[in-house]
Amino acid sequence: MLPQDRRAFLKLSGLAGVAFASALFPGHPASAQAADFHFIQFSDTHWGYKGPANPDAEHTLEKAVATANALPNQPDFIVFTGDLTHTTDDPVERRARMKRFREIVSALRVKDVRFMPGEHDASLDKGEAYKEFFGAPYYTFDHKGVHFVALDNVSDPAAKLGDEQLAWLAADLKQRHADDRIVVLTHRPLFDLMPSWDWTTADGAKAIDLLTPFQNVVVFYGHIHQEHHHNTGHIAHHAAKSLIFALPVPGSQPRRAPLPYDAASPGKGLGVRDVAMAQTAKLTEVGIGGA
Amino acid sequence: MMGRRAFLLAAAVAAAGTTKLVLARTNEIRISAKKFEFNPAEVRLKLGQPVVLVLTSEDRIHGFKVPDLGLRTEIVPGQETRVALTPAKSGQIVFFCDVFCGDGHEEMGGTLIVEA
Repeated sequence: MLPQDRRAFLKLSGLAGVAFASALFPGHPASAQAADFHFIQFSDTHWGYKGPANPDAEHTLEKAVATANALPNQPDFIVFTGDLTHTTDDPVERRARMKRFREIVSALRVKDVRFMPGEHDASLDKGEAYKEFFGAPYYTFDHKGVHFVALDNVSDPAAKLGDEQLAWLAADLKQRHADDRIVVLTHRPLFDLMPSWDWTTADGAKAIDLLTPFQNVVVFYGHIHQEHHHNTGHIAHHAAKSLIFALPVPGSQPRRAPLPYDAASPGKGLGVRDVAMAQTAKLTEVGIGGA
Repeated sequence: MMGRRAFLLAAAVAAAGTTKLVLARTNEIRISAKKFEFNPAEVRLKLGQPVVLVLTSEDRIHGFKVPDLGLRTEIVPGQETRVALTPAKSGQIVFFCDVFCGDGHEEMGGTLIVEA
């Protein structure tokens, strides 16, 4: 049983899934917080998807870009946590989708945009096409005193980080102090959210073991197409909504089939996330298309 | 659902018998994998009866994962992957492909139905 499922989270917070006021870094004194900044998380855009779960798929990404562009307070940067494109067996079509995706998101007002692969982008060719368009599938960057680590748990089609990447992560963390603020970005959950739906990372526990000695770690991921909050020890893991279709609450139905499209509310269950990192850090879920 | 502990206990009991006896009583059930289905997708097993699942692939590498049994293997084309188990509890056990294989991968799964 998960210690903090969505229902419990909403009950605890007394919110309607819109904003999550949180001590994002529980081990970090408020007085030592870096200057205010915020970023936006896009996830699971699945450009190229065609199907009944979203008859409006051709326009959903453009609407999400418009939503972000309309925010009065523009973020410092934007991260895409994987499944930029919907999978295809055709390598030519895969590249065409990535090219069109990149064209659409180039309309974002914010030009500091960070990408990560999902299994739909990278698992069929071990990330070959992804790297041509978006560069390294795992990397780090620093922003205003916060260390960001993007992990790749999809280029191996068996959903592994792999020993090489884990060694890279360990080497990076050796350079950090125990109280450094660290944000981890992944596509799949690093923990066993729902193994029978393959909502896990085969060797994710090894990454969590490496991160656990650090007091101020938070993980943002995608893959499960819904807002979800969970803790492994002191590390919070926050899943983001999708920008193509919603998936069911873990374990709520026998199969992980997409939730039915609601023509009366085309953007229902979709959205982007604003992550404000300051003394009162908070997550705000932003719907698209009026949802 | 069958717990991993119960399965392992049953497996240990089966292993305690003579090899000859186990082989004589073990049924083989063949399961073929291809994008994006297992055939058969429903496999009926008898409680307490040892069985060997013989897994093959018709097209590419697939995964065969049974989280409730702590079981996971890959199915490579041209090879037979054999998985021995002895159901120790009746009920339904989900299995699925955990090697991403394309558009439809998410639906590639099946059920072991253990009957008393």
